[in-house]
Parts: sequence; C-alpha cells; structure tokens
Amino acid sequence: MKVLLSWLKEFAPDIEGDPIELGEKLSSLGLAVESMSIIGEELDGVVVGKVLNLRQHPNAERIQLVDVDIGDGAPTQICCGAFNMSIGDLIPVATVGTTLPGGIEIAQRELRGELSNGMCCSASEIGMGEDNEGIMIIPDPDMVLKTGTPLQKALGIESDILWDLEVNANRPDAMSVAGVARDLAAELEISFAFPKIDVEEDKESTKSKVSVHIEDGSLCGRFLTRVVKEISVGPSPQWLQNRLVHLGMRPINNVVDISNYVMLELGQPNHTYDMAKVTGSTLGIRRAGNGELITTLDGVERELTDIDGVITDADDQPIGIAGIMGGESTEISETTKDIIIEVAWWDPPSISRTVKRLNLMSEASMRFRRGADFGENMERAINRVAALLEECGGISTSGIEESKGDLPDRSPILVRPEKINSLLGTDLTVDTMKSHLSSIGFEITRKKKNLNVIVPTWRWDTQSETDVAEEIARIHGYENIARTVPRGAQAGKLSQYQKDRRLVRDVLVGAGLDETMPMPFLAPGDLKLAGLSEEAISLSNPLVHEESLLRTSLLPGQMKLIAYNQSHRIDGLKFFEIGHVFLPPGKGDLLPDEREYLSVALVGEEAPAAVKVLNLLGNALALPNLQLKEQHVEGLHPRRSSSVTVAGKEHGIVGEIDPRTLQKFGISGRVAWIELDLGRLLNGPHGKRKYTKVSKYPTSDIDLAFDVPENVRSAEIEGCLRKAGGRFLKDLQLFDSFKPQSLGEKRRNLAYRLRFQSSETTLNDNEIRDLRQKCIDEVQKKTRAKIRE
Amino acid sequence: MIDLSKLPKDAEEASLAASTVDELVKVQNQFLGKKSELVAAKKALGSIPESERATAGKEINEIRVSIESVIDKRRVEIEDTEWETYFLNDVADLTEVLNPITRGHLHLITQARDQLEDVFVGMGFTVAEGPEVETAWYNFEALNIPDWHPARGNFDTIFVDLGEEEEVMLRSHTSPVQIRTMEEQRPPIYIVAPGRTFRTDSADATHLPAFNQIEGLVIDKGITMGDLAGTIDSFVQAFFGEEVKSRLRPSYFPFTEPSAEFDISRPDGSWLELGGCGMVHPNVLKNCGIDPEEWQGFAFGFGIDRLVSMRYQLDDIRELVLNDARFLRQF
Repeated sequence: MKVLLSWLKEFAPDIEGDPIELGEKLSSLGLAVESMSIIGEELDGVVVGKVLNLRQHPNAERIQLVDVDIGDGAPTQICCGAFNMSIGDLIPVATVGTTLPGGIEIAQRELRGELSNGMCCSASEIGMGEDNEGIMIIPDPDMVLKTGTPLQKALGIESDILWDLEVNANRPDAMSVAGVARDLAAELEISFAFPKIDVEEDKESTKSKVSVHIEDGSLCGRFLTRVVKEISVGPSPQWLQNRLVHLGMRPINNVVDISNYVMLELGQPNHTYDMAKVTGSTLGIRRAGNGELITTLDGVERELTDIDGVITDADDQPIGIAGIMGGESTEISETTKDIIIEVAWWDPPSISRTVKRLNLMSEASMRFRRGADFGENMERAINRVAALLEECGGISTSGIEESKGDLPDRSPILVRPEKINSLLGTDLTVDTMKSHLSSIGFEITRKKKNLNVIVPTWRWDTQSETDVAEEIARIHGYENIARTVPRGAQAGKLSQYQKDRRLVRDVLVGAGLDETMPMPFLAPGDLKLAGLSEEAISLSNPLVHEESLLRTSLLPGQMKLIAYNQSHRIDGLKFFEIGHVFLPPGKGDLLPDEREYLSVALVGEEAPAAVKVLNLLGNALALPNLQLKEQHVEGLHPRRSSSVTVAGKEHGIVGEIDPRTLQKFGISGRVAWIELDLGRLLNGPHGKRKYTKVSKYPTSDIDLAFDVPENVRSAEIEGCLRKAGGRFLKDLQLFDSFKPQSLGEKRRNLAYRLRFQSSETTLNDNEIRDLRQKCIDEVQKKTRAKIRE
Repeated sequence: MIDLSKLPKDAEEASLAASTVDELVKVQNQFLGKKSELVAAKKALGSIPESERATAGKEINEIRVSIESVIDKRRVEIEDTEWETYFLNDVADLTEVLNPITRGHLHLITQARDQLEDVFVGMGFTVAEGPEVETAWYNFEALNIPDWHPARGNFDTIFVDLGEEEEVMLRSHTSPVQIRTMEEQRPPIYIVAPGRTFRTDSADATHLPAFNQIEGLVIDKGITMGDLAGTIDSFVQAFFGEEVKSRLRPSYFPFTEPSAEFDISRPDGSWLELGGCGMVHPNVLKNCGIDPEEWQGFAFGFGIDRLVSMRYQLDDIRELVLNDARFLRQF
C-alpha cells in the first residue's frame, strides 16, 4: 500500500517530522516501509514543450526530429524515438542540464549528424507512473498552459513524500490512506479526523431509482447504493490523476478514477454501474448457480459455482461477481449518463474462496478478503464518491438505499489485563491499555478487574483476547518490552540418531567425500534411466516437468550431478548425500513411506572401494555383523553388487552402478556405490563396544595364499580362516589378489596375512603350525580354494 | 722407562690422519689398546721404586685422559663430517607433493544447520525433525490457517498426488514439526526444528523451490513476549557476534499472536529482516490439546539458505543445489 504524506495530512494535519523518522514509526507499527521517495523536486528542468513540427531523421529510420517550443517561441530540435505525438501537442521536455529521476543526465548530443537539445519524456521517465509507451501528452482542456512552464507546476504536483508500505493480511484497515493516518496519529499522539463530506442531494430519492434484495445474508452483510445522474464521462481532474499515479493506478476516466480514489483513501472498494445498462431497478445478491456464466470487466467469460456470490439485475442475470469484479455488460463508458454506486460488505471467507478458485486477485477482492470496514465508513465512502462525482457535474439522488444481511458479531471481548501482561511480559496499567486501545478506535468499558473491548468495524481480524494483546503491544511498542530469557529446566541435546548422523558425515568427510544436496525432484523417465522401478509419487503442481516426481532413490539425482561435474571436467568426484526419499504410502496410510537414505558415489572406482567405505562406517558405528549378500540389485552392475545386512536385517546395497545406467546418464568410468536406509540402520542395533584386554604376549604372523576358483568369494575363505583361527586369530588381512597366467582366466590367487596371539601365554612353533594347518584344512574342506605352497 | 710425554702429540697427529671412525678405532687401539705403550708402561709400574710409583701412575693416567680426549674430539669431528656427507645426499623438495591427502567437505547448509543446532542446544533446546511431505492438517489447519485463509495463498504450496485434492503437500514451512511435537510431548517444550521446505518459487538467483528453514518452539508456564525477544537476542549474539543487535517489528502470521518480524543490525546501522516469530496462537495450542490458560509459548523461524547466502555473499543461491564440486570444495 502506497501513501502520500499530503494525503495522510488530510486526516491527521499535525503529522510533522523527518520523513525517515516517520518511516521508522510506520515500521514499528507493523507497516514496514519497503521504499520511500520524494516527489516533485526531482522534476526541476523538465518543462512544458509544444510540438511545432515533426520531421523524419534523414539518416535514421526509427528516429524523428521534433521541433519544440520550450518557452522562447523558437523551435528547439530534439531527436526522439517515439512517434505518438502530433503537431500542437504539449509534451514534457527535459532541457539540457537536467537530471531525470532515473538518473539520466540530459546533455546536447549529436545523433547521426543531427543535434538533439534535450529529451521528450514518457510518463515513466519522469516518475509519473509506469507508462513508457510513447511520449506523455499533457492534457490542457482549458488551453491555459504556457510553454516553458515547469512541468511540476503545469501538472499541479506538490512536493510530497511517498511511502510504499508492506501491509499484513490482518490489517484490512491499513489498506487505505485514512487507516494508515489513524495508526500514525495514535503513534504520534496527535488528532485524527475524517474531513466532512457534503453531498448536495437532488429531490429525487435514491429509493425511487434502485432497490436491493439480499437473498443470501451469509454472503453480504450490508449493501449500500446511491445514484448519480447526468454525469459526463471524461478525464478526471489532474490532482486526482496525480495521486492515483503516485499510488500506482492508471487513470482511466472520472467515474472509474473516483471509484479507485475513494477505495485508496477510505479502504472501501466500491463499484459503479451504468444505470442504463442495468435491467430493471432491483439488484439482487445471491450465490451463483453451478455453471452460471458471466463476462467480467476484463473481457473474460467466467464459469461460476455455488461458492461464488453474484449481483444480479431484475431478470436475475449476474451483472458482477461479488467482491471480485464487475460485469462487462454494465461497464461505464463514454456515453454513460446515470450511474449506480455500490458500496458493500462481503463475507471474507466467501471472497477468499472465489479469489482462489478463479485465481483472480483485484484491488477490491484483496480488501474484501481481509475484511473491509462494515461500519459508517461505508456511508462515508459512498458519499465521498457521490461528492466527487458532483464536482464532475453529476447530480446525486437523495438518501442512501441500504439492504442488510449478516454482519460480524460485535459483542465485547473480555480482556484480562493480567493475562495481557503475562503474555507480553509487561507491567502495563489498565489505564495505559485503555489509552492505547482507544487511540486506534477500540471502545472499552471496565468490568471489575477486566475490560470489555468492542472492536472497531474496520478490524474484522481482531476476534480474541490475544488479538487485542497484539494491538496493545503494537501501540506500546515492541521495542519497549523488556527482554528476558526463559529458564528451560532441561539440558539441551541432540538425539542419539542426530549424533550418529553427524558421525557418519564426519567419517565420510574424513575419508575425502564431499557432501551434496540436490533437490529431491526427478523428471519422469529418470528412474527408468537408472534401471529402477518407475513407481513414484508425482507433484500436482510442479514448477517444471523435469521436477515433477518425488525421488524413491538417491541414485538418479546423484547420476545427474556426477554427469554435470564430469561435463565440467572435474576429477576425483567422491560424493555422499543424506536425504529423504519418498516411497508409496503403506496400506491405509495417507502420507508416503518417507525415509532418510545415505548414498556414497565414488567415481572412477570399482565396487571394493565402496565396500571399504562401508566397512569404515561399520567400524565407526560399530555395526554388528555387517555382511554382504551377493545378489543382483536393481540399478547396480549384475555381477558387482550385494545387499548389505546388519545383524541379519537388510539395510541397503553396495557395488557398482550398472554400466548401462552410466552410459545413459553420460558418465564415463566406473562408479562405486552405496545406498543405505540410514534411518533404519541407525535405529537398529549398533554402537555397542566392549573392552578387550590388550595381550602382552608375542605375536606370530603367517601368510597363506590360496588358488581360488571364480565363484568362491573372499568372504567365504575369510570366514573359514576366522573359524579355524578362533580366539588366537587377532588380525586377518587380505594383502594380495592377482591372476597368474598359469591359473587361467577364471582363477585368482588370494593371499592373507594372519596374526596369532594368545592372551594367556606365548604360542610355540608347534601350536602355530597346528593353527596354520587347521586354517588350510578348513578352507579346503568348506570351499573349492586350494592352498598354494 | 719409556718417554710417554710425546704420546698425546703422536695420538693427535694419528687421529687427525684418520678420516673414518674405523681408522680412528685403529688409532685408539694403537695408543690405548692392550698392546699400546701406555698399557705396557702401566704394567711396568710394579717394577719401579715405590716412592716414584704414585707420581709415575698419575702421569700415565693424565696421558691416557689426554689421549682419550684427543680421540673423542676427533670422533665427533669425523661423525659430524659423515652426517654432513649423509645430509648432502638426503635431500627432499618439500614443495614437491604428489598425491595430496584431501578431506571431504560438508555442504554449506549442513555446516550452518549444525552451527545453529549447536547454539540452540547450548540454550537448552532439543532438535526435532519431521516428514517433508505433510497433510493439510499439519501444514495449515492445526496452525490456524483454515482453507479460505488469505495467508494460504502466500505459501505457494507444492501439492502431491495423494489423498483428496490439496490434502497432501510438500511442507511449505517447518511449522508442522511444532504440531507433531506438541501432539507427542507434553510441555515444557524447548525445540528447534531444522529441515527442508518447499514452495512453488521458480529457481532464480534468490529463490529455490526447495530450501531450508529452522523453527523454534518454546511452551512452558509463564512464557512471555519478553522471553521471545530475549531468546532471539541471545541467539543472534551467539550466532552472529556480540555486537549484533536484534529488534522485533509487528507482523502477522496466523499461528502466532502477537506476531513479529525480527531484524538484525548491520555494521552500517541499518536493519536486515531475518525471520518471523510470535507468541503461539491459543488456537494452535488447543489444536494440540494444550490448555492456553495453563501454558504459553513462542515460536520463531527463518531461512538457512538465506543465512548462508548472506554469510558467504553468494551471488546466486542456486549454487546450493547445483552441487558443482568446485563450489562444494571451497568451504
């Protein structure tokens, strides 16, 4: 909401002070200043010029030479890229030496051989609105403007301050100049009053011209009408246009402009109908029928439903969507003579639902959905519209015709000063509270220790004791509330899960992996590309097609970012991610089966590299009985993948990404991969460690090499060795793996180093020899591996 | 009696002639070994008159000490020379580093989130988490945002194809965690809830459809708005520095009343809007079965991505989801 200082002063004449400080006051009231500008002064040097002649630039097709009289009667040549003006038009000319509001400095310059001595300005170039299509033509209906007159004077622009305020959804009142003035006056402790409005009424009564029938009282609380006759539609007065432009609205004609002006001034949206186009003299208010059609002012035909409200004519045909937008059929035009003015109060939830359904936000609906004023401000607004129209030659009928529906409950709210102080942490007296509330129009009566508060009609949002507490706090000033820190009795802490998750991250970072955080969206087809099941939850309103599914695995996202990084020739990619995946809801559940997963991707590495990282995590988290179960896992290399089990429960997968997947994502080299259901893993058994005394007896190392056929896994041999070595086997390491030519393609040689040690005695040579033989025997008995002597 | 007095001089000359430790050992044997003149002289002591024996013995001993000292001195010289030769060849260019050890990097969001969590844990909070896909009840209704409420439109919610139309959605703020916590836990409650949130904001330099927030909730007896302002003040100083100030300005959120925006001070004295906060609305407490006459509380929340973006002066917030390794490895 934009407001002008001069306009605020019409309601609170004593506003004084530094504009920046006033802005701070507005911010502290909850009307945050988004920007502030000084109007008028910046137009020094811009004058009224008269177009004397228009000639084509000899060397530039899109430029014309404009000869203007800027006060000396002689032609001044200006090169101009716009072609909308005609000879005789008055236009704003920025003379040489001027600096325009946008910072452009005007100097004499040469353009393809022709001199340009200034600049013809569009409305936006001189800060007069957003119109930048063509040069602004200055209206001069009475032919009084002299060339060379400073533009500011010609347009009647006074120096002024413009604030752009952010108004919250709970401040319907502050969507108006008067409402902002009321708040500011309370803050500054100065007087606030509405100027008196005089409507010179005709003898003919409004009642004789129009009547209203509210069929649905839950939709419309009050509906006021007035009629203004014999208006002549044309441009509105310049001062009014100026104010509209400053507040961001485009002037259209006097009727529309006055309607908008009053809405901005008093916060009361209002509508004007061309009376001649309204069938009959009875307006009706009802809900629309499903499928009922209306073409709105913007020329769009809209299909209505029974949640929408409509205003109808005597034939029960809709002539407007309640609180949203008027109908095209009764629109004001140049031929309009008599008009009906409507000022109504609409039920905010009803308007909100229609706004949302039609996705049609207007200045009017924005105010109605927040709750417009349903009190005497409605009469004030309709009278203000009538009075302004009278200034444009209209004649008002006598009296306001009103119909009533259901209005908000105005029974007093019980406010307990004790509760207010306890909520705010203040020590305000009852009198201070009363005075704060009275200053913004709340009516208060004492009820023993407590207060009965009647909320003003312009604060529909205020419905409870805590709402009133906010009003007291606002006027008291949030900055005046003493700061304390609550004494929480508990110790703060992270949960075990959160600590473990940090440990996982730290271990992976220590191992040289970078953490990634892609967005959890996938494109349709990503899962198929990754060789995964395509069943996934889709978004109802995705921003883009490429982000329209929720991931069920971290794999596709990681593939995309590996491909991205490879395309930028970045080496040594080692990534991990911890994030949510969204599996379809379980039976009877509404929400997805949402889980926290961990992925590890090692680019250019083979599967065992991933197992090393897995074992590192297993060690860090003390995962009991971490095992790999060889099996083909969806999305992974068919011969290089395993599922991961911990304490007998499957918690994820490890291996290499399927090379076909890599190819499809455009990734070169192998990618070793881990994906774990971190949530289940960390909620399962882990982290238990117990002390084993370090033996002080000597150790003996032996090396064993086996000739291993293709389908025997190292884990099987290690299992045999551990079993045979029993409690004396302190350490077991695979230290070599190679494929000697002599063994042929499918066999390999695996060499292990075993360290034996007893906790009670020194093992002698015979005992070591026996252990060694037991190990060899066990391996040869249980597997098809053979010892290499 | 042999003239022993020249021995030290001879030993010194012989020592200097030795250029290795081995040669020096030979010299040592020659002058101090079993077959040396000195040992012979010592053996001959018995044959000289008793009156001269003490003097002669003393002289032999002095000569031995003198020879030892000469040889030891030479040994040190030789060893030093040998080490010098060794070091002359044992050179490493310390600037020639192959295969560097590299550490990984936590994502900036994780780093900030951890720091924020740590500050709040230090202030007596625990860390709560919740699902990213939520129902309308948790994301809106329980938070006092009925379906017609204008504020619903402000959330630009991303809905998912589950349940009735607009019944299930990606949470548009972390506030649903407040509700879940209050449903499961009786007050007193002191939690922060960090996590991912979603809005239909097209990705550009300052917006992302998926971003991160942290939300705080305190419910206890006699909690006041002064406590809210004080808690924010403490947090701001702990996180941003002692010199940074905070202020509250009136604002509006359906789930708090009174509501406020909170700003932090910049070095130039201007204010920067950081987040929203307020006293928990009685309707929200009631929706969770908590009696607003008995318990009061406050809530606050702000964006983590924006914080990170400000701290590192990122000119494009999309860096945070692009995951370019050259970006990740900077921090």
